[in-house]
Amino acid sequence: MRSSLISNRRLIILLAGLVTPAMQVLGESAYVTENSKAASLESCVAPTDDMRRNHMDFLRHGRDDTVRDGVRGLEYSLAGCIDCHASTDAAGKAVSVVGKGEFCQACHGYVAVSPACFQCHRTTPDSTAERGSLGYRFDADSRHPIGRPVDRETDHEQ
Amino acid sequence: MSNKCGPPSTDRRRFIGGTLAAAGAMTLAPGVILHAVAANDKATAGASGEHRWGMVIDTDRCADGCSACVDACNKEHGLEGQGRPATDAVWIRPVKLKDRQTGHVNRLVMMCQHCEHPPCVDVCPTNASFKRVDGVVLVDRHRCIGCRYCMMACPYKARSFVHEALSNQSVNAPRGKGCVESCTLCVHRIDAGVMRTACQDACEKEGHAAIVFGDLKDPKSEIRRVLKTHDSVQIRADLELNTGVRYLNL
Repeated sequence: MRSSLISNRRLIILLAGLVTPAMQVLGESAYVTENSKAASLESCVAPTDDMRRNHMDFLRHGRDDTVRDGVRGLEYSLAGCIDCHASTDAAGKAVSVVGKGEFCQACHGYVAVSPACFQCHRTTPDSTAERGSLGYRFDADSRHPIGRPVDRETDHEQ
Repeated sequence: MSNKCGPPSTDRRRFIGGTLAAAGAMTLAPGVILHAVAANDKATAGASGEHRWGMVIDTDRCADGCSACVDACNKEHGLEGQGRPATDAVWIRPVKLKDRQTGHVNRLVMMCQHCEHPPCVDVCPTNASFKRVDGVVLVDRHRCIGCRYCMMACPYKARSFVHEALSNQSVNAPRGKGCVESCTLCVHRIDAGVMRTACQDACEKEGHAAIVFGDLKDPKSEIRRVLKTHDSVQIRADLELNTGVRYLNL
């Protein structure tokens, strides 16, 4: 019994020795796809290892804050992921992040985890929504205090 | 094996104590919890109970044959029909009412009435249908299971069900197959501080200006001024839902 335990332990150490370099190779493999905005940046909104391990939790917390409480412009936003990580093809057109070998699919395909995000969320940056006007797409400077009508203010005076 | 001999480890106790202390630090008062995300200076404050967003629609100004508001809504939220009118998503729709005795025709647009006491929220088994603190009634698609109870419960037939898989949705309104949806009162604009809805913009651009959107709790707002000076009605007021959408000249 004891000898089998010891041999098991040796086996585990041997396996660990073999697997660790393989994991490092995987770890150092490309985090980002070429021709994406992310490829030109030092790191994501959090350190890369943190994002790799915890991105699903960051998004899960943020989604309730946004949908139910109306908190926009969060640091962790799915639309932000897509904007930064979607690559472009030779014609400069955005490629879906769930396309084969693309940012989301590459890892999720490998670990056989199917993200439900894209049943509702788009998989390429939205070029039709103008920056600075609608949705989460506004600059900090252009934001008006909630509740103060922007254009109707002059009407009140009349 | 080592757990069974020696004194019991206090690690677990220390861990529990630490967790409670951390939880205490995050709780300012009962019911008031400081969210970690709120510290992010880029994030907006979110919906506030100091407001209640609503709308007034002047049926006299709603022009026959005009569909500017519907088109604007579709464009704003990326609603694309499949060419099947019976099941295509409609968030705002024109309605004609004819008095058979007198022949008088009323025209109005019907959408989610953003009730104070919404029946769709009452019946939802997963809390997907909910009312924000600022009175906007929404569907949380992360929770919606597509049972369509809310569609049955809504007296205004305001909700649609997405029957087919979608792609290239608008970033303003992520939406997908198997979920119920309806007018959001352009909540993405409200959150961004743009206090005008897409339908209101379109109606004004057409020169009709039949739609006024605003804060029902702000006594100085345009919508309150209109409601104070005109005789308005709620549709199916007998249900006592206290709708956020009111109609003039109906």
